[in-house]
Amino acid sequence: MTSRLFLQAFQAILVLFVVTLAAPSFAQQGDPKPLIDQIGKADFAQAETLIGQIAATGDARVVPALQAFSDGDLYVRKSDSLVFIGKGSGANLDLTEPVTGASAGSAPKGAMTKLRINNNLRRAIRSAMGGLTLMSPDRGTRLAAADSVLRAPSAENLELLETAIAKETDGEVKTRMEEARAVSILSSDRPVEAKRAAITTIKGLGGREALGILSGAVATADPALKGELEASIKSINDTLALWDMVQNVWFGLSLGSVLLLAGIGLAITFGVMGIINMAHGEMVMLGAYCTYMVQHLIRTEAPWLFNWSLAIALPVAFLVTGAVGFVIERGIIRFLYGRPLETLLATWGVSLILQQAIRTIFGPTNQEVGNPSWMSGSFALGGLNITWNRLWILVFAVVIFFSLMALMKKSAYGLNMRAVTQNRRMASSMGIRTPWVDALTFALGSGIAGIAGVALSQIDNVSPNLGQSYIIDSFMVVVFGGVGNLWGTLVGALSLGVLNKFLEPSVGAVLGKILVLVLIILFIQKRPRGLFALKGRAVEA
Amino acid sequence: MSFKGKFGGALLAAVMSTTALHGAFAADDTIKVGVLHSLSGTMAISETTLKDAMLMLIDEQNKKGGLLGKKLEAVVVDPASDWPLFAEKARQLISQDKVAAVFGCWTSSSRKSVLPVFEELNSILFYPVQYEGEESSRNIFYTGAAPNQQAIPAVDYLMNTEGVKRFVLEGTDYVYPQTTNKILKAYLISKGVKESDILVNYTPFGFSDWQTEVSKIKAFGSAGVKTAVVSTINGDANVPFYKELGNQGIKAEDIPVVAFSVGEEELSGMDTKPLVGHLAAWNYFESVDSPANAAFIKEWHAFTKNDKRVTNDPMEAAYIGFNAWVKAVEAAGTTDTDKVLDTIIGVSVPNLSGGVATVMPNHHITKPVLIGEIQDDGQFQIVQQTPEVVGDEWSDFLPDSKNLISDWRKPMSCGNFNVATGKCGGKGS
Repeated sequence: MTSRLFLQAFQAILVLFVVTLAAPSFAQQGDPKPLIDQIGKADFAQAETLIGQIAATGDARVVPALQAFSDGDLYVRKSDSLVFIGKGSGANLDLTEPVTGASAGSAPKGAMTKLRINNNLRRAIRSAMGGLTLMSPDRGTRLAAADSVLRAPSAENLELLETAIAKETDGEVKTRMEEARAVSILSSDRPVEAKRAAITTIKGLGGREALGILSGAVATADPALKGELEASIKSINDTLALWDMVQNVWFGLSLGSVLLLAGIGLAITFGVMGIINMAHGEMVMLGAYCTYMVQHLIRTEAPWLFNWSLAIALPVAFLVTGAVGFVIERGIIRFLYGRPLETLLATWGVSLILQQAIRTIFGPTNQEVGNPSWMSGSFALGGLNITWNRLWILVFAVVIFFSLMALMKKSAYGLNMRAVTQNRRMASSMGIRTPWVDALTFALGSGIAGIAGVALSQIDNVSPNLGQSYIIDSFMVVVFGGVGNLWGTLVGALSLGVLNKFLEPSVGAVLGKILVLVLIILFIQKRPRGLFALKGRAVEA
Repeated sequence: MSFKGKFGGALLAAVMSTTALHGAFAADDTIKVGVLHSLSGTMAISETTLKDAMLMLIDEQNKKGGLLGKKLEAVVVDPASDWPLFAEKARQLISQDKVAAVFGCWTSSSRKSVLPVFEELNSILFYPVQYEGEESSRNIFYTGAAPNQQAIPAVDYLMNTEGVKRFVLEGTDYVYPQTTNKILKAYLISKGVKESDILVNYTPFGFSDWQTEVSKIKAFGSAGVKTAVVSTINGDANVPFYKELGNQGIKAEDIPVVAFSVGEEELSGMDTKPLVGHLAAWNYFESVDSPANAAFIKEWHAFTKNDKRVTNDPMEAAYIGFNAWVKAVEAAGTTDTDKVLDTIIGVSVPNLSGGVATVMPNHHITKPVLIGEIQDDGQFQIVQQTPEVVGDEWSDFLPDSKNLISDWRKPMSCGNFNVATGKCGGKGS
């Protein structure tokens, strides 16, 4: 009896001992600083465990450190292996304490080692940060947190999420959190009923994201839920199929706008003037290089102007390529009017000379042309994902088209130009200086190709080969639309774009392109003058 | 590169190729080396750098006292990204300029075009670019990666580290992506990946409108299984591809892209901030931390007089090939093709990542495989590095070539020995 009592007492003491022993280590787990310092020595797998432990402390002060880790701004000091957030370019880094955020002076780059990170760690950080910032006072942060929980659901975050939802007052954030909760429930061990409600919420979310979540859950789901899941997946798929059609139209219009931009200058030099201008693509390329030069100057001289760089590049590109076009017309083409074959060869030679000149001056590699912030990223419109750069290019192409139209139809110069192209001798005898009009028209076409280059620099390589990739498409658009007719170029470009984008998903990009070419050849056989044929005396001239 | 330096180089090359004709009697005091890279046309973007690298290596060797007591002399020609012209220029280098060896080519098409010329005239070509394998020639040394030194380890990384179970094989429509994807598909299926989890897709050369393709990738990736893209997209089409990825918000954490043709050079024309975390597999990155690499980069900046010029994997392959040739010539005591072909097998030279590259009997070399993640400064951060791997010319994962081996040592001397039939000959003969 006594021995049993003794044993119990001993056990009690032992438990007490263990508790007291465990207590400080528990408290230590509450302090994230040592954990963060351990990351300095950890490999990728260990670091992942550490991030889980840091998140488990629930200490929101670690958020800046995790963010810095994810951004590659976390460093370990070589002398004492302590971890700091390091910022700043140049030879020195400004250090801050990872947890308290207090400044820790600065250190030369050589004394610090950057902590390496891979995609697994980024994912772990995203999920940890999601849990930690759910209660943040900032609305945007909470929304982002709900987003990251939604993308990386875990059963551990569920209770946190529920507390956050109870406190949340903002409608949008609350909905997002509830969606995140539904996703987390699906991967938790909650009862079937809760999961069924979750599936309905996710189905309401719609889109690829929801589809991914639900399809991922099918394999491990309760048999009772299988039917529900599959029905939801089917319903989302049906909606998506509809949106796919809309998306194809949008992609087609967007491709069409690029074709229009590339072809519109040629619609003037080839369409209106009848010059087979093989150097057209190089004018586009020169425009893109003008953008590069402008951005290069802005980067070094006036970085705050960067968002305006394209607006500045537009007139520069127009004037530069216009001037080059003027010189080409005065120097070469005017001697070759009425000799299409020689014009073709001469302009082709010019294109090679321009390409190699650019290659010699700037080097053969791509030049970096940045997107201003208003041209980066995308926004969702229903089930559509519209990227800003494509939208602006579409708007830009339409604006250019109508300005050009107005210039041709409403201005005195436009009148002269049409007069010269329709009946040169008559125009000449009315006192129009036809050679001058020719030179200006060619310069205008080249200048327009140049501003197209500014826009295309936003979506394509700025390299000496830029022009070559557009020359065939440009001719295709102009010939298909009808030589000499600007409306034809517009309709031709847009319809080719849409046709291409409807073929692409079903037959692939390679075969799609071939099919489009074959269709155009057949079409030209039927209607040699293109979609909108010019009528009247000018045609025979 | 400055305008002046470039122009000077071109002038020098022009002077060299003209003097080469008249100065045949002077050939005894120099050893000529051919450099066969496009300096104009579409491939100039990649190949010009390799021409510069070769001139630097030759220059360095001359500073060390040349080779066999003679000065090395570079004969630079421009095949202008025109495949038949490659064969013509190769013939000119070998028969007119009497070069001892040629360093050059980039695309597989250009290599296939010059191969018969090198075999007919019995000269040596060092080919410095990663390629699709399925070829072995007595006269060609492949110092770039074979598929098992790049593509297969990259896919392994995706499966083991990133936990990827669904693959999009996205490529440009020509021989390298087609063959590589065929090998990868067979490999993935042998690893238990379902055929329905592999999407193979091709786009034309210089493709620039990636909207549909990227949304197709997005759709394929929303099946609830971790998905990755394996990209064999060729040079120029990469910039619009990555721009579209960034704009459509595909992050590396969600759908990582591992590329086999994107290096430091390609990234130098791009804003890499939206691309951080996407991957590339090579045998060398500029960010490799080794004394040999630091010295090489320093030399490169000094030679090009531009400390922003990046180095890349094919440059390292050129470096290895050139040094292996120098060592073999020294061992043979002559530049005679047959003797050099004998001595070069087994030659080991240091690579730039701190290891050793050995020339194997199949005319491929040993290389470590490095997986790197794109950083916001346009460099790669190495996340995995394997020990040296022997290049496998005939893939073990294609039914046609799994029984073939290549061994150019005597007495076998065969590029396509069939181990099943025990005979030399078969595919590729």
